[in-house]
Amino acid sequence: MLLAVGSLVAMGATLGTVLGIASRYLAVEGNPLEAELLALLPGAQCGQCGFVGCGQAAAALARGEAPVTLCPPGGKAVAEKLSKKLGVKADLSEHEDKGPQYAFVQEDLCIGCLRCANECSTDAFIGAPKQVHTVIRENCHGCAKCFKVCPTEAIKMCAVPVTLGEWHWEKPGSHELH
Amino acid sequence: MKIFPVRGGIHPDYRKELTSEKAIVPMPLPRKLYLPLQQHIGAPAEPVVKSGDMVKKGQLLARAQGAVSASTHAPTSGRIADVAMVTAPHPSGLPQLTIMLEPDGKDEWAELPQPLADPFAASSQEIRERVAAAGIVGLGGATFPSAIKLNLGSQNKLETLLINGAECEPYLTCDDRVMREYAAEVIDGARIMAHALGTAKIVVGIEENKPQAMAAMSQAASAFPNISVVGVPVQYPMGSERHLTQAITGLETPAKKLTAELGVVVHNVGTARAVHHAIRFGRPLLSRVVTVSGGAVTEGKNIDVPLGTMVSDLVAFCGGLKEPPRRIVNGGPMMGQPLPSLEVPVVKGTSGILALTADEVNERDTQPCIRCGSCVTICPCGLVPVEMAAFIRKDNLDGAAKLGVMDCFSCGSCSYVCPSHIPLVHFFNYAKGRLNEAERDKRKLERIKTLAETRTTRLEQQAQAKKAAAAAAAAARKAAAAASENPDNKASV
Ligand code: SF4
Ligand code: SF4
Ligand code: SF4
Ligand code: SF4
Repeated sequence: MLLAVGSLVAMGATLGTVLGIASRYLAVEGNPLEAELLALLPGAQCGQCGFVGCGQAAAALARGEAPVTLCPPGGKAVAEKLSKKLGVKADLSEHEDKGPQYAFVQEDLCIGCLRCANECSTDAFIGAPKQVHTVIRENCHGCAKCFKVCPTEAIKMCAVPVTLGEWHWEKPGSHELH
Repeated sequence: MKIFPVRGGIHPDYRKELTSEKAIVPMPLPRKLYLPLQQHIGAPAEPVVKSGDMVKKGQLLARAQGAVSASTHAPTSGRIADVAMVTAPHPSGLPQLTIMLEPDGKDEWAELPQPLADPFAASSQEIRERVAAAGIVGLGGATFPSAIKLNLGSQNKLETLLINGAECEPYLTCDDRVMREYAAEVIDGARIMAHALGTAKIVVGIEENKPQAMAAMSQAASAFPNISVVGVPVQYPMGSERHLTQAITGLETPAKKLTAELGVVVHNVGTARAVHHAIRFGRPLLSRVVTVSGGAVTEGKNIDVPLGTMVSDLVAFCGGLKEPPRRIVNGGPMMGQPLPSLEVPVVKGTSGILALTADEVNERDTQPCIRCGSCVTICPCGLVPVEMAAFIRKDNLDGAAKLGVMDCFSCGSCSYVCPSHIPLVHFFNYAKGRLNEAERDKRKLERIKTLAETRTTRLEQQAQAKKAAAAAAAAARKAAAAASENPDNKASV
């Protein structure tokens, strides 16, 4: 009996040490899934998802604690990629996608305080202190951070219009055809 | 000349007899013309006139912008009423910026560029500049700026200019009529284009159901030994660039490649005629021949229409509608797109306006696929429509992309033959739109990422520079303090 207990204790101790050493030497830096998820996010650290930045959002996604529809500026495109990566079926038709947006400065209201420019993580603003600011459309991803900080409500969030070249047909009504 | 077989294809009911014997008639000037800034593939043109300006016929209204674009000119003299958003001749019904012109009835010409005295002594560049300045685009319906297509000789070794007179779409007879009535102009334009491209040979390909056009073109070409006029089998979609090239040369254009890589450049007969006008008379593209047909139209016609004419005016000129149409189509019934209403303008790419009855549209209920394989047999691109549609239905767009859905050119043959009436081509149009959208989104995301990273690096660098400056300042203060304590020790400063 004693022998049995003793041998088990010895076994436990050795295995424990081996595992401890193994874990030290074979440790994985970070979570690979997290890195892959991070690569799918816009990386603009806009914080609209409620996390501090894209890294934290990716970590929460990897733990399964955040929905794939968490990124507002990423829209449906990012949600689709995330759900594919995570292998979860997300009903994206329910997901309310406002569609892509962009920030527009109403120049008569702008006092040139520069707050928006300091807030924008993609340097979409041009203009100097005390001067009217404008947004470069292609650089704006519609995160609305500038919209929130502007003291004069000079910034409007507008829907990016669909152009003739970008428009496409809807999916045909699909019954059980195939 | 030997004609090579082309894979797949269908033999729809052509119904060309409705208008094929109707000679081209000029359209009287309507009350108002609507000229969209985008009537071509590429960037919209930039307006150079504003509301209230008086313009003359042929005067530039909007200038081409960027590498791929086309200018637009005034089809008649008059006053610019407005530059505003007007519904585009597009199935989306979306509006686009459009120049509105009120004709003054004088039809007074502006001063036009001098015609080229001898086009065959001019350089290729000179001809291309003239063609670009005239705002000419592919009039077969593709509307790609022609001047760019005339530059393919600079990157490829070209042998043949292929003039496309196949006109394989049912109902349409406008190219047939142009060849019958203006064969000499088409041949002259083709010779000028061949000179610009540097091709020795010109081949005119015409479907064999147009014997009069064949005869007229052969007659006009008889003086030029380098031009051959050949009949090609009546088989939709023979008028597609790739398939016509294959019929003439026996070579298949690889996916995502241009026919130019096989030494062939294809231009439409209407485009050749427009080039003739631009080079010989300095006249920009102001009108085009449109076939108005279909069972719901009182009298089908071939009409020389000033660009910007409202489709409703055009239909009124044909005696109006004799019954409410089930569908109004812009172009032919196979590849044409439905129009949101009659209140849209005729543009450079409008080859036909069809008002089709319910009988002609023949909408039928969709049944489950019986896996008959007909769609696979007839696809002229060698695709597998049944499998692609199954993927798309299950939202597996990547799967459809792997099967080559992006190489589908929406000819509609598969939908046409499907005994279960599955809207196959609709699935492909949808999938292509979604895949293009995904590609644009990806590019945007990459751009945003780079911008965000650049900003982070810049902020870090600034912070570091600040730190370094603060450290340097502190060191300087320290040194200064030390120096003031010990003014004799100059070396320490
Ligand atoms: S401009 Fe405003 S909305 Fe656009 S990315 Fe910058 S902070 Fe976000
Ligand atoms: S925050 Fe508002 S007021 Fe200040 S610079 Fe930006 S737009 Fe102008
Ligand atoms: S529409 Fe596309 S898939 Fe169908 S037959 Fe034509 S090329 Fe093939
Ligand atoms: S033609 Fe229609 S029914 Fe036949 S295999 Fe293709 S999709 Fe199925």
